[in-house]
Amino acid sequence: MDRIPILRMGAVLLVTIQVDLEDQMALQLQDDLADRISATGATGVLIDISALEIVDSFIGRMLAGISGIARVLDATTVVVGMQPAVAITLVELGLSLPGVRTALNVERGMALMGEADPARWRDG
Amino acid sequence: MAEAARGTMPLREERDIVRCRQQVRALAQQLKFSLVDQTKMITAASELARNTVTYGGGGEMHWELVQDAARSGLRLRFEDQGPGIADTQLALQDGWTSGHGMGLGLSGSKRLVHDFDLRTAPGQGTCVTITRWR
Repeated sequence: MDRIPILRMGAVLLVTIQVDLEDQMALQLQDDLADRISATGATGVLIDISALEIVDSFIGRMLAGISGIARVLDATTVVVGMQPAVAITLVELGLSLPGVRTALNVERGMALMGEADPARWRDG
Repeated sequence: MAEAARGTMPLREERDIVRCRQQVRALAQQLKFSLVDQTKMITAASELARNTVTYGGGGEMHWELVQDAARSGLRLRFEDQGPGIADTQLALQDGWTSGHGMGLGLSGSKRLVHDFDLRTAPGQGTCVTITRWR
């Protein structure tokens, strides 16, 4: 099974999902991110889903799960780049991703993380 | 040669859910669905395919390009021989789940399509048919 790569940029872990996600890969990413946050002391997780053509309830649950795990490990998660058609579908499906911070793009996601924790952001 | 107007694919393992999404995307594009309509149909198919694999113990998706007087559409039928569902009214409510999901599979996918038909009984398997028109 392929793994989704996790890049580190200072205090932020960056994940770009570029494949049609199998359920098992999504679960693996959740585990891998928990390990990497813990190992690196990262204070932010940025997940770029601009290449994802759908987000169904399973992937939505994975994103919510990552946000929750990261929060408990003292890191802020921002999901960026959701396509408009995906957003429309997700809301109609009944998922509004409670507890998941979102931003239009990577730049705004980074800015959001800076706001969330300016002191540590500077240190990072 | 005209493209086939119907077909069947197995839904046995998780990987088949991804294949199902790819198949539905290709069909929706062939029908020239808008991007939002494609996304809705693929998402509904993904939810129902996962139900078939996870809760139905595996099964099949049958697809068909359909036509009525004024419009063309895509019809998908998800069939399994699993445990079935006892209370379909309850199963169609948001939040109902038989497993580890968020309980949006049936109710959510119903909202994403134009026609939705659920046939199931305890011990008789489950058959969900959805249609989205262009």
